[in-house]
Amino acid sequence: MDVKLGELSSWILTRDFTPKGITGAFQRGYNRYYNKYINVRKGSIAGVNMVLAAYVLFSYCLSYKELKHERRRKYH
Amino acid sequence: MNENLFASFITPTLMGLPVIILIVAMPNIFIPSSNRLLTNRVLTLQRWLIQLILKQMMAMHNNKGRSWSLMLISLIIFIGSTNLLGLSPHTFTPTTQLSMNLGMAIPLWAGAVILGFRHKTKSSLAHFLPQGTPVPLIPMLIIIETISLFIQPMALAVRLTANITAGHLLIHLIGGATLALLSISVPTALVTLIILILLTILEFAVALIQAYVFTLLVSLYLHDNA
Repeated sequence: MDVKLGELSSWILTRDFTPKGITGAFQRGYNRYYNKYINVRKGSIAGVNMVLAAYVLFSYCLSYKELKHERRRKYH
Repeated sequence: MNENLFASFITPTLMGLPVIILIVAMPNIFIPSSNRLLTNRVLTLQRWLIQLILKQMMAMHNNKGRSWSLMLISLIIFIGSTNLLGLSPHTFTPTTQLSMNLGMAIPLWAGAVILGFRHKTKSSLAHFLPQGTPVPLIPMLIIIETISLFIQPMALAVRLTANITAGHLLIHLIGGATLALLSISVPTALVTLIILILLTILEFAVALIQAYVFTLLVSLYLHDNA
């Protein structure tokens, strides 16, 4: 990355947190991923699969509270 | 077990924030758009599929009915992608909620019926009485046809909800049964095979969208026969 770890706090303060800025950030992130993995000449299934895996992980985090009870423990 | 079975159908919230908005908008990022003629593989595949569906579905309509093609193609893509995404582990499927399916079914059905009544009133009213019925049966038949007309949106919504929910519940149940039988391990292979077959059949949830849009389509066609 172009931002060093020690400068992280001062870099975050320079960011634009208005709705337009946040939208721009999401758009830039999406375009970066899209142009690197999907919009290529011989794109493979891995480009879509990474997004699906991230979605599964996100859903797991959301439903962790209910899934806690299904672990193999002697005493729950 | 009882409480856990239906826990996957609760609308997900993150500290009070409705995450369901993100989840409903999730299929959107899998369907990009582009202005170019020659696109990447993912986009080419999707365009080919959409072209296939469009030609198949809009073939039997006249020009007036074909003005609905954008609506119907978006409908089938949304329901198809949402159902398929819901087959991944731990995900939440919005189409299991009856509220959302009713919100999709009622406006579309009402639009088709009202359009038919406005533009071709006589022909729409004539649908209530099939040809060649004996005269004494007419009052009862009109009542029956009216009831069957008003049940159409309910049937559309409940059909989609019940099918998807039942499929998900079955997967949960049989998966749990397999895990429980693993320690006993006698019919484990058989039950695992049943899970596999059931999952494959459930992937014909895509066929369910086909059923959804087709039923909607038939209704639109019958009423807007300009």
